[in-house]
Amino acid sequence: MSSDAMGPEVPPIQLLDASGVLQENDRTTEFLPVIEALSDEMLQRFHRDMVLTRRFDDEAGNLQRQGQLALWVPSHGQEGAQVGSAHASRPQDHIFPSYREHAVGLVRGIDPVDVIRLLRGTTHGGWDPVEKQNFHLYTLVIGSQTLHATGYAMGITIDGEYATGDPERDQAVVTYFGDGATSQGDVNEAMVFAASFQTPELFFLQNNQWAISVPVSTQSRTPLVRRGEGFGIPSTQIDGNDVLASYAVTLRDLDAARAGDGPRFIEALTYRIGAHTTSDDPTKYRTHAETQSWIARDPITRFEAFLRSRGEGDAFFLEVEAEALDLAEDVRKRTLALERPPVELMFDHVYSEAHPRIDEQKEWLKNYEASFGDSL
Amino acid sequence: MQDDPRVLMMGEDIGTLGGVFRVTEGLKSEFGAKRVIDTPLAESGIVGTAIGLAMHGFRPVCEIQFDGFIFPGFDQITSQLAKLTNRHEGTQSMPVVIRVPYGGHIGAVEHHQESPEAYFAHTAGLRSVSPSTPHDAYWMIQEAIRSNDPVMFFEPKSRYWPKGQVDFTAPGVPLHASRVVRLGTEVTVLGHGAMVSVLLQAAEIAAEEGISLEVVDLRSLSPVDYGPILESVRKTGRLVIAQEAPGNVSVGSEIAATVSQKAFYSLEAPVLRVSGFDAPFPPAKLESVYLPDADRVLEAVDRALAY
Ligand SMILES: Cc1ncc(C[n+]2csc(CCOP(=O)(O)OP(=O)(O)O)c2C)c(N)n1
Ligand SMILES: [Mg+2]
Repeated sequence: MSSDAMGPEVPPIQLLDASGVLQENDRTTEFLPVIEALSDEMLQRFHRDMVLTRRFDDEAGNLQRQGQLALWVPSHGQEGAQVGSAHASRPQDHIFPSYREHAVGLVRGIDPVDVIRLLRGTTHGGWDPVEKQNFHLYTLVIGSQTLHATGYAMGITIDGEYATGDPERDQAVVTYFGDGATSQGDVNEAMVFAASFQTPELFFLQNNQWAISVPVSTQSRTPLVRRGEGFGIPSTQIDGNDVLASYAVTLRDLDAARAGDGPRFIEALTYRIGAHTTSDDPTKYRTHAETQSWIARDPITRFEAFLRSRGEGDAFFLEVEAEALDLAEDVRKRTLALERPPVELMFDHVYSEAHPRIDEQKEWLKNYEASFGDSL
Repeated sequence: MQDDPRVLMMGEDIGTLGGVFRVTEGLKSEFGAKRVIDTPLAESGIVGTAIGLAMHGFRPVCEIQFDGFIFPGFDQITSQLAKLTNRHEGTQSMPVVIRVPYGGHIGAVEHHQESPEAYFAHTAGLRSVSPSTPHDAYWMIQEAIRSNDPVMFFEPKSRYWPKGQVDFTAPGVPLHASRVVRLGTEVTVLGHGAMVSVLLQAAEIAAEEGISLEVVDLRSLSPVDYGPILESVRKTGRLVIAQEAPGNVSVGSEIAATVSQKAFYSLEAPVLRVSGFDAPFPPAKLESVYLPDADRVLEAVDRALAY
């Protein structure tokens, strides 16, 4: 924990090094039992979810380049931070993502094509969080969702839906945001409220080193983990490309939050290997060497090495590869079949209750469109 | 920036990257990181510090990356920037420009295609303008920077791509001057930003059908330069206002009211408005239905002529 790190730098928590070797030292001891308790099946799922997300992400990028999507937001490189933390949350927890958390969404059960629909421009939402294990909608306005997460968590405290001692029932909230987002007032206000009301909540920061072309050093001169500390929130920096560290530290922090110990903050050090979005050209602002140095710390490669060292054989990896190909093909097929939504969608659900202006304009548009049939 | 060393640029990704639309490309290498500032990611921070920089004697030009991301800076713009000259009883001017790429037609995701200009036109203390051509943009941005008042400079982002002639001979274009861009006799059609090219297209189609439209480019949203507008309406007797923004409580509403009052005896028909619907800007696949196009303008023209 870096609660004691205001003095000298403490390295991030890392359970698997870049070559996939399990780290056993005094900083990892507290987490090793949790890792040992993971079944083979669970470890396989970590791998599978990372590989499927990456394949899906690549396919969506291809679809964008082929003109099928308005935009794509790649998650390549951040699968370790996302899959580990996603598996550490419980079904009753609520997740408030930013817009790059495709892996978290897949773990919580969203249909990948729903993310595609958002970026193809057929919906502003994509799914009903209640049906998707409380995985809330993506938020494109930087940092806004952190306040919603805090408010939701305040609701949990008011309704006493935590700290009952029943891990099946106690709830917590996780919110994801980026290094750039830490500069927004909303994110700082969210931490003020969370600390003030001791909300059962985890602030999960994916520091992928860049906010479009702006390096993290423009957002902060101290490691961002200290931001959390500054608000009085116990904070930990982890190797975000280590799925096991992400899992184990998130598990510990969410247990604490659910038990009523207040909010927690994790800074996951990771890297966006791809462009910010498909409209971006990273060669304008960062070096090839920097990207290469992070590719050498890839979350999937290292976890595969770890699994192989435990005796996992080719058959499993080939099976996951095949499943990933199937997923990509299915996503492509269903994306191409997506149709333009009906124009009424524009007016539906602007309000929960009837509204005269909406009714009038909807009717006007219907008649207007119909007029092209005959008169024009 | 060459003429006045006190002019600064600031915003997200405007330096090394040259802005997501590359509007400021090359400026950081030419003028250095002290005058072309890549800011932390915080719009309230950008506008709020621009206010302090202005108090220090600089003339900051802020870029808001997209229309929909101006709102974290809304308080600093409307409650601070707009009011400080007034609160200082004139001893402190606020020469701050806020550039906002705005509007639709680019098929982008949520918050990237909005037209929020009415909020700012509504706010006393701010000037709001929107050029529609490269020529106007070239001259109006200089006038905006020269102004001692805060100027909201709305750049119709779909117009970043089409090329156009710029006449570099002074005196150029004033900050607040509406302009007739196509002469006509039967109906005046008025708009700003990207809508002007839609109006010109509508005028072409109408001409083929034997209807003569006069097209006016508003250019300034606050204050509105009513001279050329009223002159045109007194001639044609009919006015259709087109805008991408939702029509409810919009810039077009204000102009309709003022023209109805000032040109009442010349009007042959009520002033009509063609606007974005009073619904959130829809997903990209529906934008062509949401945004007024030449057909919707002509439908209103027909209605105006039917009176
Ligand atoms: C309020 C707001 N301002 C600006 C933007 C434009 N924008 C989109 S993503 C981004 C950078 C975000 O960086 P970070 O928080 O590090 O997240 P990352 O994209 O790296 O995951 C910016 C400036 C926005 N979406 N919202
Ligand atoms: Mg980032």
